[in-house]
Amino acid sequence: MRELLLCPPDHYGIEYEINPWMSRAQGADTALVQAQWRALYDKLCSLGPTVHLITPQPRLPDMVFTANAGLTVGRRFIPSNFRHQERSGEAAFFAEFMEERGYEIVWLPQDLYFEGEGDALFGGDALFCGYKFRTDINSHRAVADVFGCLVISVELVDPRFYHIDTCFCPLPDGAGYWFPSAFDEYGQRAIRDRFPNIIDVVEEEAMVFCCNSVVLDKDIVMPQGAPNLVAQLTERGYTCHTLPMSEFLKAGGACKCLTMHMPQRESV
Amino acid sequence: MAALSAAQGGAAVGLALGWRPMFSETVELRGHIIDSLILPKVLDEILTRGAAFKIAEIKIGQNRVDQSYARIEVSAPAADTLDDMLLRLRQHGAEVAARSDAQLAPAPSDGVFPDDFYVTTNQQTFVQIGGKELRVDGPMMDSAIAIARDTRAAHTVRFYDVRKGDEIVVGQKGIRVQPVERETGRTSIFQFNTNVSAEMPKTAMIRELAREFRRIRETHGKVLVVAGPAVVHTGAGNCLEKLINLGYVQRLFTGNGLAVYDIESALYGTSLGVNLEQGALVDAGHDNHMRAINKIRQAGGIAAAVEQGIVTRGIMHACIQHNVDIVLSGSIRDDGPIPGVTTDAVEAQRIMRDKLRDVSLVLMMGSMLHSIAVMNMVPAHIEVVCVDIDPRAVARLTTQQTFRAVGLVTDIEPFLRELTEQLEAPADATGAAA
Repeated sequence: MRELLLCPPDHYGIEYEINPWMSRAQGADTALVQAQWRALYDKLCSLGPTVHLITPQPRLPDMVFTANAGLTVGRRFIPSNFRHQERSGEAAFFAEFMEERGYEIVWLPQDLYFEGEGDALFGGDALFCGYKFRTDINSHRAVADVFGCLVISVELVDPRFYHIDTCFCPLPDGAGYWFPSAFDEYGQRAIRDRFPNIIDVVEEEAMVFCCNSVVLDKDIVMPQGAPNLVAQLTERGYTCHTLPMSEFLKAGGACKCLTMHMPQRESV
Repeated sequence: MAALSAAQGGAAVGLALGWRPMFSETVELRGHIIDSLILPKVLDEILTRGAAFKIAEIKIGQNRVDQSYARIEVSAPAADTLDDMLLRLRQHGAEVAARSDAQLAPAPSDGVFPDDFYVTTNQQTFVQIGGKELRVDGPMMDSAIAIARDTRAAHTVRFYDVRKGDEIVVGQKGIRVQPVERETGRTSIFQFNTNVSAEMPKTAMIRELAREFRRIRETHGKVLVVAGPAVVHTGAGNCLEKLINLGYVQRLFTGNGLAVYDIESALYGTSLGVNLEQGALVDAGHDNHMRAINKIRQAGGIAAAVEQGIVTRGIMHACIQHNVDIVLSGSIRDDGPIPGVTTDAVEAQRIMRDKLRDVSLVLMMGSMLHSIAVMNMVPAHIEVVCVDIDPRAVARLTTQQTFRAVGLVTDIEPFLRELTEQLEAPADATGAAA
């Protein structure tokens, strides 16, 4: 049985600006926030997985983005070392939550920034990790040591796509979709080498964070606004569930940012 | 040196007026650097930023999940460039390799280095002792590095100078070699090792050399001439004499032979019995060099012979008149030798090393073995010009000095004649910089 972790948006809001999407001048609509998150929660539950909820904490508005809690493989959980002070308070709550549920907690050295599943997605035989804006490349090595897996490190070059899960989505059939210009030329080559049939997303659709999808076998939960991508995925046999995510996009997040897999892989 | 270089910059085509040091650092990359293309990315980044790299070590993971490792020496022409680049490379996971202190071991006895002693190159070397990087004084190939007990200064040391208990650097740790950068900004005959073969015109090269000689004289640099007796035999002695009289030579390394034949020609007009004007052997001419030796021995040396008015012309005369340091080293073939020849080879090496310290350019002519001896002692940044009629000698010498050597395959006499003519002409006539 697949398990996911979400965090209700009770304390969510635009209280600081740590990516180009955030603007305190443009706050989130509380009622819409609740409605959009609830729709995501309901959709995910309806697709089969067990959805766990962590208690939201005041003054940690981004805790709602549980993808950045850490990375889970099997029964081991690496909590994030957040780059920004504003989010660093979240780590202890997530670690405690996972520990209480019997996961082994493996902290990375404190000087290695690592933002969990937000910058670490399994695709095929490798773990694809983004670096530069939030995560340090040196943390990739540490993650590879912990899980004994192949890590493909790719540099993110567009600050709008500051986590790898904002611009890249591997699929269980070995394909995937991405917004290539979010990566440098070497990262593009490294990804194309392993995903010869990857779908390129146009900028207009990338900007609605269509790559920020939760993939549950043949079901894909993604933000609204990417009809071209939906058509291509449908053609390949996937069922796309599109949801309004406008209030979370104001903080630079969408469906995947709001979700963490427990675990992302059973083993590597 | 760099300032002098800038001052001379008016010439469109200038000689390398000074060497610029390269700034270097060793970085390490670990992880899945092959599959992620991080290694090629880092190497490309180094090159596109105008720096250079050398992969000192690489270990590629054998299995899919094995991580790889690369140790890369990065060199940049300026400290700022290097720092900026390291900052960027750090983003890709490159870590500056932690430097450790060099290891020291005492010399087990006089004239013997400890096992595994570090063998020097001719490039500027630094050694880390007590967390501090020391510049090794007197870079010279095939030596060891000794650390002075009292001053903690580092210097190169040869077998014959090492004493029991001296602290000698062993192993490879804590040592950094600063390669000499090849000039890239403008054309220079010293930019790459250049050899001008017998079939090629020499004038352009000699014009450049004249310009460099002028610059060295103007900036109070020192030119060392290493010459064999062929200089006198070929009738080029008067050209070398002129070069000295014009003030372009500050040191002369040679052997007993050149001194003897030069004095023979000054006294009798012959070189090993051959009349230098007519090119023919004169009657009993072979005796002349022995009589010349005897004259100098009688006078008590070359300087004394000049002072006493016995020797009134020639290379040796010019050297005495212009206070050129003459270092005469003995050979097993020597007749005499004349007073002033150092017959102890080890002592001769020591003197030559000492006299090489402040030299800007070495001009080697017609003496392969003597030149090889000097080449063994020359630091990499010194400009070297080799002139010999034997292409093998030129090749042998210019390949030994891997950074800043030019070679000309030619008879010495026309070379020196043209060089002195260029130097006698007004500076602007040879296209020298204003």
